[in-house]
Amino acid sequence: MPLFDKKDKSRYATFTRRSLGLGGGMALVFGVLAGRLYQLQIRDGDQYMTEAEDNRINERLLAPPRGRIFDRFGVELANNRRNYRVLLVAEQATEGVEEALNIIGKVIALTDAQKKRVLTTLAQNRKFVPVPVAENLSWEEFSRINMHLPYLPGVQPDVGETRDYPFNDELVHILGYVAQVSPGDKKDDADSLLSIPGYRIGKKGIERQYDDVLRGKAGASRVEVNAYGRVIRELGHDAGEPGQDIWLTIDHDVQKFVAQRLGNESAACIVTDVATGDIIAMASTPGYDPNLFNVGISPDQWKDLTTNDHKPLLDKVMSGVYPPGSTFKPVVALAAVEAGLATPDYRVSCSGATTLGNHTFHCWKKGGHGTLDLEGGLKNSCDVFFYETARRLGIDKIQEVALKLGMGAPTGIELPGEKSGFIPSRAWKQKRYGVAWQQGDTMSCGIGQGYVTATPLQLALEVSRIASGRSVSPRLVHMVGGELTRRESAAPLDLSEQGLARVREGMNQVTNVPGGTAYAFRIAEPGFEMAGKTGTAQVRAYSAEEHLRGVTKDAALDWKLRDHGLFIAFAPVAQPKYACACIVEHGAVGHPQVLMARDVLLYTQKRDPLGMPAAYPIKAAALTEEPVR
Amino acid sequence: MISRPYAAAKRTLGLTDKLLEVNWGLVLLVTIIAAGGIAMLYSVAGGHFHPWALSQLSKFIVGLFILVIAATIDVRVWMSLAYPAYAVALLLLIAVDVAGHEGLGAQRWISLGPVDLQPSELMKVSLVLALARFLHGKSVEEVSKPLNLGIALAMIGIPALFVVIEPNLGTTLIIVADGCALLFLAGLSWYWIAPALAAIATAVPLAWRFVLHDYQKARVMTFLDPEADALGAGWNITQAKIAIGSGGLSGKGFLNGTQSRLNFLPEKQTDFIFTNFGEEFGFVGSVALLILFAVVLFYGVQIATSARSQFSRLLAMGITLNFFFYIMINGLMVMGLIPVVGIPMPLLSYGGTAMLTVMFGFGLLMSVHVHRQVEIPRHSGGII
Repeated sequence: MPLFDKKDKSRYATFTRRSLGLGGGMALVFGVLAGRLYQLQIRDGDQYMTEAEDNRINERLLAPPRGRIFDRFGVELANNRRNYRVLLVAEQATEGVEEALNIIGKVIALTDAQKKRVLTTLAQNRKFVPVPVAENLSWEEFSRINMHLPYLPGVQPDVGETRDYPFNDELVHILGYVAQVSPGDKKDDADSLLSIPGYRIGKKGIERQYDDVLRGKAGASRVEVNAYGRVIRELGHDAGEPGQDIWLTIDHDVQKFVAQRLGNESAACIVTDVATGDIIAMASTPGYDPNLFNVGISPDQWKDLTTNDHKPLLDKVMSGVYPPGSTFKPVVALAAVEAGLATPDYRVSCSGATTLGNHTFHCWKKGGHGTLDLEGGLKNSCDVFFYETARRLGIDKIQEVALKLGMGAPTGIELPGEKSGFIPSRAWKQKRYGVAWQQGDTMSCGIGQGYVTATPLQLALEVSRIASGRSVSPRLVHMVGGELTRRESAAPLDLSEQGLARVREGMNQVTNVPGGTAYAFRIAEPGFEMAGKTGTAQVRAYSAEEHLRGVTKDAALDWKLRDHGLFIAFAPVAQPKYACACIVEHGAVGHPQVLMARDVLLYTQKRDPLGMPAAYPIKAAALTEEPVR
Repeated sequence: MISRPYAAAKRTLGLTDKLLEVNWGLVLLVTIIAAGGIAMLYSVAGGHFHPWALSQLSKFIVGLFILVIAATIDVRVWMSLAYPAYAVALLLLIAVDVAGHEGLGAQRWISLGPVDLQPSELMKVSLVLALARFLHGKSVEEVSKPLNLGIALAMIGIPALFVVIEPNLGTTLIIVADGCALLFLAGLSWYWIAPALAAIATAVPLAWRFVLHDYQKARVMTFLDPEADALGAGWNITQAKIAIGSGGLSGKGFLNGTQSRLNFLPEKQTDFIFTNFGEEFGFVGSVALLILFAVVLFYGVQIATSARSQFSRLLAMGITLNFFFYIMINGLMVMGLIPVVGIPMPLLSYGGTAMLTVMFGFGLLMSVHVHRQVEIPRHSGGII
């Protein structure tokens, strides 16, 4: 073999040796690969299996539709409307969430504040949780988002539901509103629904009181998703439970009338069914639009609400506490009859003032009323009559009757934030001030001043009980879900029918007998007459000098310094059916509260919601089948 | 090995002789692996032949013809074509840098009519051919002479330079590795090798500082700590490991891999195809696949060491090593042992040029096998 020289042999040997060396190297690398496979697939296989499942399966909480709120005739007062919104899933935003927001911002308007809020929410949630970027989009905006979807990784258009209050501010203090969950809410409430970004819970009113019922139970959807978050298929679905509907005792028609009648006054008005305590209308003005809190209130709007001296955020009906003034006189009158003091022959003479020690108590009428019986005292709202009567009765008797009429304690209305008002007692004063109760204290209480305070709701309860003679209590919720709220028929009051009749007669004379303090504002239409009692709550104490000048009647006085005007009434006089309490803050001039109550009672009687079959039991079934608007 | 009386007595082999001499066992092995790849492409497409499996099948069939044709062509003819092939590949490589398509952020493709060509793939085979030819005539001593070594290194370095600026780090590594391995096999003295290894050890930090692109550095950093940015750059590595790991012992079963089907794996049909294999067939299947690859490599080494000319030996071993480097880099990459570099898994990954060059490589290997008794004089340049 001439071609194979020695050199060839030596390099062939080298080649073979080195080839086998490299072959050994290859074997080593294959060993490493096999070892790595063992590590990944056998040793850590379970862990990677879990991670693959986590990749594949997303569990998403589903918010059930919130229960609706109806009035007694089935009018939807709070419902759910479609909410076109844009969600962002952090883990699918391949360019990063900030870039994603920038791109969304080019498609729909997005403020820097909104972006910041979204970034905060994203940071608080796990990366696969969809977070709302913008809500309540117009159809046009929503379409634009859908059109640009291929360029918006991680963005999910979504049709959710949001709370809607079709009547805006008319019922705001009854319904309250829903708003975004705050960190504090989550601390107090373990419901998983609260962890859904963008979820709203009831913050005030019925929405808050019945939040548990209205909310329903969270559902969940287990879906298989691909890397882009597109849902491939649903593996499991738990629809949860929809929230239950609530039917109120409110008649929206009357409510609307009341709200409009109060207008922009700083006022409150309640209409009740005297026989049951059911609240037919209840308004506090000015109100505000509860939808603002759901959609998101602007700082300016919020500032307007909080700085307005008419206090729109306050529900004056149950959270406004006022001296009842002369509207407390029927209580004193009743106590006087109960105590056996005010017999039919009982008379008090009014000369315009009475004295106790060196203190003079003035009657509102300078010249005095002359000699009055109980009914006359009420008719004329004679201060001296009630100073004198209260002094003779003593505070204990007055307190006892006031409590029986529902004052001095929360009425138990189904709303959060009710204030109780106050009826003083000897023990209380001793404890509170370390001073014994004085006769002068009793006399001030006799005309509803001094330590006595009440909410307009308590005044409505007072007049309802006087009118019906039953220990009714206010009720706002008639039915929850399909269940009627439990209700025992109200027991008769532990008061004599004779006393009640005499007080009713006194109140009748206030409005229907010439000379009565509200005769000018009576309902003249036969069959609809009302009986009532006027009242004035002093905002400040007047000096004797001011009394002499008659400054208390000065219409030119600064609005904030004017007295509150109060009025309680029931109608019709012959067969009481409806009761009404009305207060206009700083509105004593011109008696707007009496005019309002008169108009409201007349309107209510003519419509007569109690005479119509309430819709709840019948409509309940039909309504639940109705699709959500 | 099939043992049959060799027709070496004849000065020339007829076509039938050559076809009989083809190692059909190796062809069968390659076919089995490629079939596995096509099955994976069918799977990652969600159980569809489109868009990858059918196209890959047709390329494989074309590749099979190329293999057989290349096998029947005399190894000396290939020797004659070594330099021209190298020159053409280099020209195409330059052309791609000037006028290539951007694919996945790098300029790697050139359109020749309907075919998208990846010249860097051609270069791997061409370089092995050209270096084998160059080193064929060199004795152990001659290989270590500075002039020869310089020429060889230039043959490696020039294409490597053009590939690295594409940029295509993975292929550059393979080209350099192929070239160096041939020099090593040709008998390069340890006096060169030892300082070279030392130089590489010092060059790595410098390369990090001055040569690597930001995206390449990012890949390395990501590799070192994939969880730090699991949704960004670490995504590939994290998801690849999840895919393979979740296969467990026996896998989720054919068509049941969720990671790739649900697109958690980017490049699932190309560089990361092995992850789907691992996910669906588990440890058992993956090791079986490695064994098939190992057997192919064993054949390659065996063919190389049985050949009777230095050109044939170097060519066969070069092709074998080239095949091995693919498997090694891709395997280490998808299992998260080295940073992500764009290297496909041979025979499995979707891609026309890679499939055809790999099959052509096997054709050359087979040609060496068929013509293993052919002796080529030291100073021969081939027969055309």
